[in-house]
Amino acid sequence: MNYLEFEKPLAEIEGKAEELRAMARANKEMDVEKEAVALDKKAETLLRDLYKDLTPWRKCQVARHPDRPHCKDYIDALFIEYTPLAGDRNFADDHAVMGGLARFNDQPVMVIGHEKGHDTKTRIERNFGMARPEGYRKAIRLMDMAHRFRLPVVTLVDTPGAYPGKGAEERGQAEAIARSTQKCLEIGVPLIAIVIGEGGSGGAVAFATANRIAMLEHSVYSVISPEGCASILWKDADKMREAAEALRLTAQDLQKLGVIDRIIREPMGGAQRGRKETIDAVGKALETMLKDLSGKKPEALIRDRRQKFLDMGSKGLAA
Amino acid sequence: MNWISNYVRPKINSLFSRREVPENLWTKCPECGTMLFHRELADNLNVCTSCDHHMAITPRERFTALFDGGVFVEVKVPEPLTDPLQFRDQKKYPERLKAAQKASGEKDAMLVAEGDMGRTPIVAVAQDFSFMAGSMGMYVGNAIIAAAQRAIALKRPMVLFAAAGGARMQEGILSLMQMPRTTVAVQMLREAGLPYVVVLTHPTTGGVTASYAMLGDVQIAEPNALICFAGPRVIEQTIREKLPEGFQRAEYLLDHGMLDRVTHRKAMKDELVTILRMLTGQPPAIKGDLPPPDPSPEVAPQPSEPAKAPQA
Repeated sequence: MNYLEFEKPLAEIEGKAEELRAMARANKEMDVEKEAVALDKKAETLLRDLYKDLTPWRKCQVARHPDRPHCKDYIDALFIEYTPLAGDRNFADDHAVMGGLARFNDQPVMVIGHEKGHDTKTRIERNFGMARPEGYRKAIRLMDMAHRFRLPVVTLVDTPGAYPGKGAEERGQAEAIARSTQKCLEIGVPLIAIVIGEGGSGGAVAFATANRIAMLEHSVYSVISPEGCASILWKDADKMREAAEALRLTAQDLQKLGVIDRIIREPMGGAQRGRKETIDAVGKALETMLKDLSGKKPEALIRDRRQKFLDMGSKGLAA
Repeated sequence: MNWISNYVRPKINSLFSRREVPENLWTKCPECGTMLFHRELADNLNVCTSCDHHMAITPRERFTALFDGGVFVEVKVPEPLTDPLQFRDQKKYPERLKAAQKASGEKDAMLVAEGDMGRTPIVAVAQDFSFMAGSMGMYVGNAIIAAAQRAIALKRPMVLFAAAGGARMQEGILSLMQMPRTTVAVQMLREAGLPYVVVLTHPTTGGVTASYAMLGDVQIAEPNALICFAGPRVIEQTIREKLPEGFQRAEYLLDHGMLDRVTHRKAMKDELVTILRMLTGQPPAIKGDLPPPDPSPEVAPQPSEPAKAPQA
């Protein structure tokens, strides 16, 4: 279990309980169960307190938690016959973006998402979920295919942002993102986006220009990272707490602003403490959203999607 | 702090734009350091007469040079909510906005106009880098949508001059949502069969580059303009190596196939006219500075309250 900074007190209590039980296992005569249970209780109360009202900055940390389920976990658990499709047919296959054909409740769909990786090796391989132009161009290709064969598109958004690298810029990072957003707006099939962790700026928009946008309870979606915003506006990267507050990047604020459609509840203590529950909740939400959009004509799907984005911004937080 | 400084002075300031009372008659070229006399610089469209460096130019100055006889009609932009997030960094967002409005005499970082350019009717949109770094917020998004709607109503091509540091952080997620919103505007032009030409000027970066500024039918840049998604400083910090000379500059992008052309500001008008007339099947134009067109009766009236959202 990886603990976040603000979970330190929790780590201590849970650690003590674990220690007691380990001692008991080693020494059969010791009866510590009572004390351990008391500690468990204490830990539970603390967890509840910590997660009752997470600050935006803490939400950012939870959204980035390494133990959260990632794109691949959702694909493995919620879809069958997942058949990855690779490459942008121009330059490379970007492993930060995974995607392909799959069945959701037997229905064939196209699933696309950012994958961050779960250990050092896979994180490097996945470039920490930061896509290069090839990733967006692969997504464009898959969305286009989905459009032609009438398959709904499901995107799972989890990226710190598009990769700021030399080659990425040379090969047209900006253009690739712009075209991916454009493709999202063009396809005559249901497009559903779920922010499962970090929705990092343009790199997220390129996948999330959808008919329905859902976010996990403790995920975030923002124009810039709190650290980046703090260093520009506060001239001090350590002001990320203030920046996170000001940016209104939580699922709860984004729903109030009319940017997202639904919030998917996470288990107490965040998705990392109940991976299966979280994945199941995402599956349920996806099922509902797909049902909502099924039977809609291609023209209606395109028109509604466009209108949705044209209307955005008419609602302030005060309203 | 009284009635005069709070009310009367801003009113007077807004009546006389700052440009008419130049504080300084000389401008130093940031590239070569030559001191340039303001009138000479303005005559040269803010291009350094010594090193050809293209300095920033306000939308109004650009439109004056672009449209025949300097005559254009502003297209009304629907006003968005002010400060929807109640954003506050070291200053409150409305204060920053007001300061920028006062300094520029403009409402926000985008100006939309219709008029004739080389006797070719167009709708033009220009971004103002001097206004909060040209940043893209809801007003900028509304401006692009209004421009596209106007171009479609008049069946005219649209020319967009981009210049921006990126999205306006003070509008948070709603600034980010201008990426899809403006992309819808580009789609509308495309479906109406109207050309959309983008002129990228120094600098165009971030979310602006990653949306409407990269979706033109023809992509032209001014010489040496910085055009990128991630800025050079961010990349150097990420990859920890020095970037090559000219990286992310217009000529570099041209070499890498990201642009159609790099064109000097003084040649831009003629080039736009040439391209647009071919794309719209019109005969070759008379080049050069033309007097304003005769007042034409066929100009469609502007809707008093431009529709917030089009039926695509």
